[in-house]
Amino acid sequence: MNISDPTETFRQEARELLDQLEAGLLDLEQDPSNADLINSTFRALHTIKGSGAMFGFTAVAEFVHDFETAFDRVRKGESEANAALIGVALDAKDHIHLLIENPDAPIDGGAAILMALRASLDGGTSGAHAEPAPVEPAVAAPAAASTATSQAKGWRLTFYLPADALIYGTNPELLLAELAQIGPTNVLALTDRIPDLEVMDPEVSYLGWQVDLAVADDPTAAIDDVFLFLRDNMDLTLVPLAAEAPSGAGVEISLEDVMPEAPFVAEPPAPAPAVASEVAPVAKPAPVAKKTKPAEKAEADKPQATSLRVPAERLDELMDRVGELVIAQARLSQIAASSSDAGLKTIAEELERLSSGLRDTTMGIRMVPIGTIFSRFRRLVHDLSNELGKQIEFITTGEETELDKTVIERLADPLVHLIRNSVDHGLESAEKRVAAGKDPKGTVRLSAVYSGAEVAISVIDDGAGLNHERIRAKAEENGLILPEAKLTEQELNHLIFAPGFSTAKEVTALSGRGVGMDVVKRTIDGLRGTIDVATTPGKGSVFTLRLPLTLAIIDGMLIRVGGGRYTIPLAAVEECVELPAGVEANAKGRNFLDIRGSLVPYLRLREVFGLKGQGDEHEKVVIVSSGEGRVGLVVDQIIGNNQTVIKQLSKLHSGIKSFSGATILGDGTVALILDTAHLVASGQSYVERNLGRAA
Amino acid sequence: MSENQDVMTALTIRLEDELFAVEASRVREILDLVPITEVPSAPSFVGGLINVRGRVVPLADLRVMFGMERPEPDEDTRIVVMEVDIDGEPTIAGILADKVHDVTDIEAASIEEAPKVGMRWRPEFVKGIGKRNGGFIIIPDMEKIFETPAGRSQAGAASEERAAS
Repeated sequence: MNISDPTETFRQEARELLDQLEAGLLDLEQDPSNADLINSTFRALHTIKGSGAMFGFTAVAEFVHDFETAFDRVRKGESEANAALIGVALDAKDHIHLLIENPDAPIDGGAAILMALRASLDGGTSGAHAEPAPVEPAVAAPAAASTATSQAKGWRLTFYLPADALIYGTNPELLLAELAQIGPTNVLALTDRIPDLEVMDPEVSYLGWQVDLAVADDPTAAIDDVFLFLRDNMDLTLVPLAAEAPSGAGVEISLEDVMPEAPFVAEPPAPAPAVASEVAPVAKPAPVAKKTKPAEKAEADKPQATSLRVPAERLDELMDRVGELVIAQARLSQIAASSSDAGLKTIAEELERLSSGLRDTTMGIRMVPIGTIFSRFRRLVHDLSNELGKQIEFITTGEETELDKTVIERLADPLVHLIRNSVDHGLESAEKRVAAGKDPKGTVRLSAVYSGAEVAISVIDDGAGLNHERIRAKAEENGLILPEAKLTEQELNHLIFAPGFSTAKEVTALSGRGVGMDVVKRTIDGLRGTIDVATTPGKGSVFTLRLPLTLAIIDGMLIRVGGGRYTIPLAAVEECVELPAGVEANAKGRNFLDIRGSLVPYLRLREVFGLKGQGDEHEKVVIVSSGEGRVGLVVDQIIGNNQTVIKQLSKLHSGIKSFSGATILGDGTVALILDTAHLVASGQSYVERNLGRAA
Repeated sequence: MSENQDVMTALTIRLEDELFAVEASRVREILDLVPITEVPSAPSFVGGLINVRGRVVPLADLRVMFGMERPEPDEDTRIVVMEVDIDGEPTIAGILADKVHDVTDIEAASIEEAPKVGMRWRPEFVKGIGKRNGGFIIIPDMEKIFETPAGRSQAGAASEERAAS
């Protein structure tokens, strides 16, 4: 296989552009007349087309070209971006996505989508792209412009290359030759920008060209292809040449025609009736000749300098290295502390400061705003809304909240399930909503906020709320609970996360198959997060996911059991108490502690780990919590707090549920990290068994 | 792959009194004995974790799989850090060796398939037997050896879950 890098780069870029396109289309649905949105959508399309053609994705380029041509009519205000059009456009976007992911696979359906696209454009004469589309932007009086266009004998293209074009190896001769392939050309060099000899920089391109193209059809697309790489930073104008006798054409055009070349470019773009606004950052005809180089540079550098694309693996690697550094530094500090060498101590302190700074920065790099996944849910809700015939308003807040990238990646699936659940089960049909005195349009909110060292992500709907009777009936039917079992509201709410549970009476395409919510639970557990459910009958439900900010480094409490040292995530620790002497004897085999009046079960880690021998004389109990549950862990010794760089366990050990990972201590030895969620769960089941027996 | 070539460049190690050969290209480094962290309730074949330059690496003891004695480590004991495929996923693992000998070329022609009978070891763990200086060198099938415990521990995890619920 020969997967060349540029292709992959194109794919990545295209994926981003497609996301942008999708977001633009969805925004457009809300605000169909927003010219900025239309333009940015169009731009995304255009870039995909251009780079697609460049990297040999011809199918993509062809399809996008037709899509673009159709969409061009929206841009010109000839049709409006109605819901039907947006729907088809979204399909088209998906089709492009398919084409890009599988360039070689024969994918049908493109033609059908284009048909639908054209059909949904108002009374669209079929084959919108076949007719000579006028280039006139909105500023020009459309009527006058179109008459002018239809009578155009040719097109006058005036362009100045970017000042650095020659430095980057652009050959104007070749460009002119390419232009000549569009049609017969008449080329005139424009020398007005050439400065005085003493200030002239021989590497800068000062020349401009005026090219009269003797073609009837709109050559915009062809010209854009020629200037694909230069377009953003150059001055380029394209005007239709009026018929030889200027009298017949509209006023603007004739004006245009008689204008002397040099002043035309030098003038601010105020009237600019004919600037082909295809590519949005239309280089402004700047106060020419004296364009200072630094300013130009800053302009060009700005967009590139703000972000840098780095493969995710490299970040992981960086994080590993920093983890190693932190560990090595801890060892150095240990040695320095026991040494009397002042110089060594200074260096050790310096290094400690540097490495903790480096650690924070590195962790910062991995943080990604959660908005990156929020946008894809808008599409989900849009599709669900159509499919279920429910009107839904989808509101997102807190897009800027940052989370570790690995957390965000793994959050996408659970959120899809939660949102589906809210839309499908939570929101009632419009009739029911009206009957209940609510707005027929349901609302689903997705929000993210920081809360301490956690991020709380909520999916909130204003639907019917969870139906506790139905959940109960279903759980009994499925054998998840006993008919007489007494459950708290919270426990009832959490039943929906049990595997195989679903209350939807009918199985829809979206949910009701009983898979999904248990996936949510499992994924969130895996991320060391928790799920809270709050529901008000008739008012709606709130699902809140609480997640640690990062998976890479946590604060830990180091404990000792037998000869081994283990780390407990500090966030889970509630308190530490001494195991009262003789508690065993009184408990009659039931391991409960009385913590200020409430019974807390405890587990002897010594037994959990299957270690031989007796515990220390004064054993300690670390009370940890997870969600609603608490459990005491009996340990031999509490050593102290430490920064814990989390390392995943290999497949060989991933089956051992008591541990969620491992870390390396200051002395270089490995310590295992306890999985508190799992331990609490087994503590809880212990409670149920014992209380059940007692009852 | 090395099977297709005429010689296999191998690192030879001793376990109990048998010589074993592992593919030299897969070996990352050889360490003196380092502190080993025991993993409670892990299978004894991979009962430990070690720190290899800041990475937490599982430590495997092939002697368990070949039903050998496991004497206390002595001054010859080494840890061979190498790449192994665990269920198709490349992983760094350490393996204990009673002694590390040398890197040697074993002629492919001299490698024979493991006999189905008459061997002390489970045949699926042996990829082949090479000959050198009149002695035998066992070429273990690392993928098979590492695959089994993963599968088993998954099964074990499932049963643990059942027990917990």
